[in-house]
Amino acid sequence: MKLSIDGIDHIATMARLDLTDEEKAMYAEQLSAVLDYVGMLSEVDTSEVIETCQVTGLQDVVREDLVIESDELTRERLIEQFPHKVGKLLKVRAVFE
Amino acid sequence: MSIFCLDFMKLNELNIEQATKGLREGDFTSVELTQACLDRISERNSEINAFITVTDKLALEEAGRADEMIKAGNVMPLTGVPFCVKDAICVEGVRSTGGAKILDNYIAPYDATVISKIRKQGAVLLGKTNCDAFGHGASNENSMYGPVRNPHNLKKVAGGSSGGSAAAVADHQCIFSIAEDTGGSIRQPAAFCGIAGIRPSYGRNSRYGIMPMASSFDTVGPMAKSVEDLALLMEVMAGHDVNDATTVPEDVGSYMDDVGKDIKGLRVGIPREYFELEGLDVEVKKIIEDKINILKNKGCEIIEVSLPHTKYAVPTYYILVPSEDSSNLGRLDAIRYGVQTEGLSLFDVYAKSRAVGFPEEVKRRIMVGTYALSAGYYEAYYKKAQKVRTKIIEDFDKVFENVDVLVTPTSPFPAFEIGEKSDDLLAMYLADIFVSPASVAGIPGLSVSAGNTKEGLPVGLQIIGPRLGEGVVLQVGNNIS
Repeated sequence: MKLSIDGIDHIATMARLDLTDEEKAMYAEQLSAVLDYVGMLSEVDTSEVIETCQVTGLQDVVREDLVIESDELTRERLIEQFPHKVGKLLKVRAVFE
Repeated sequence: MSIFCLDFMKLNELNIEQATKGLREGDFTSVELTQACLDRISERNSEINAFITVTDKLALEEAGRADEMIKAGNVMPLTGVPFCVKDAICVEGVRSTGGAKILDNYIAPYDATVISKIRKQGAVLLGKTNCDAFGHGASNENSMYGPVRNPHNLKKVAGGSSGGSAAAVADHQCIFSIAEDTGGSIRQPAAFCGIAGIRPSYGRNSRYGIMPMASSFDTVGPMAKSVEDLALLMEVMAGHDVNDATTVPEDVGSYMDDVGKDIKGLRVGIPREYFELEGLDVEVKKIIEDKINILKNKGCEIIEVSLPHTKYAVPTYYILVPSEDSSNLGRLDAIRYGVQTEGLSLFDVYAKSRAVGFPEEVKRRIMVGTYALSAGYYEAYYKKAQKVRTKIIEDFDKVFENVDVLVTPTSPFPAFEIGEKSDDLLAMYLADIFVSPASVAGIPGLSVSAGNTKEGLPVGLQIIGPRLGEGVVLQVGNNIS
């Protein structure tokens, strides 16, 4: 299956990736090749097979719904990482424009 | 090897067992041992490129503290032993890039659970090792900090994605390393660099503090100079963690006891599909077959078995893993941490920061995964692959009714040239053909060095075990390495 440049544009938008025209052309080729390759799975009869979502067999792993506060040092380290901040608050761009 | 050999060995060339003995007996201090590793790193890093960050000052401080602990008689198995950590694993207060520029300035606020267990023993952190960005690769060429060169031949790759860890151990820039294996990222570079590395069963070791790649596949394991060292490290690292709900409650095995056991009477399965693969290097095949003969001579029963869905493991992997990747890497938006690139709108900030901060392969996997999970394709790709995953697991379950372990080559070929496969995507993906099936099934796999080719390149032998069968895998590995 050959992906079009429009198709690549759509995927890149969903994935939040700003691609150049050269990258779009390259990924159109490469994604098509990957999809052709993985298409070999259609040879396997899976009509009676249940899908595997996890391999541990663990079920209903729960914990008490408690607030565990982080220590001040961890908090400071997290705040230090903010690319833009006002005081100790994270500054972000407007979500609605 | 006994301690008298130390006269002829440099301190950085010791394994954990030798280092611990020398530290306890006062033959040398942790500061001396650590300095020997740091000297080796500074001598070799410009060539090998195994380290992204070297924490030399911190290492010497920690080594000093370890020496105090030893003097006070407060000695644990890893006290004073220098190690390094794959850069996709968080270490408190240390830069952790994951091999990608989007996290070039990221300082991890806490230790991953496995790292905290190791550091609590007084092990000494040397730094963070190079890797394919977020574990995406089989050659370490997808690191935004440059490829890692194989210490056995500088023109060759070190393997991936944990290439820096493998090269650091093989080149004696550390005593051991902690890395991560999603689809072969510990075993394949271990094989290419001629060291030992184990991918534990999924859920055996905590993933808390590991940069997530594919959450239903990711495992954390040790890389070291001997199988005994791996057993020791697994005893320290393994176990349930309240911070990782996928860790299993089963007791951790006595792996150190297991490695000392005889292998007489063990049933060793030889999967036909692995040895009949077109493209399996003849020299690799011969080296592995010779090792199988040794197992036979040691009293193992050799049984040919079939895993009919083997060839579907790589395509299954390359749907499920990019899908989980694309979802996990959504968190890297450069808003709360990471390197932000300015843009006109919020969307622009996301899209530009990710475009600049991710290498080509990461973007490719995000694109594949986004496509496979999108409406209209989810059933055909993602769900189909999850069903084939069940078939692959059933193959393993069936053979493990009749054998204790499986023995295979780790890789169909030894280390290849840097650049040789970087233009051929599918050839690169197929480098994982022998390591991805165990990853898909979530079972343990160990790679040990089986010898060298005539060209002097190491060949790895893989031992695959049933779920939570780390003990028997290490037992066989120790008897053959």
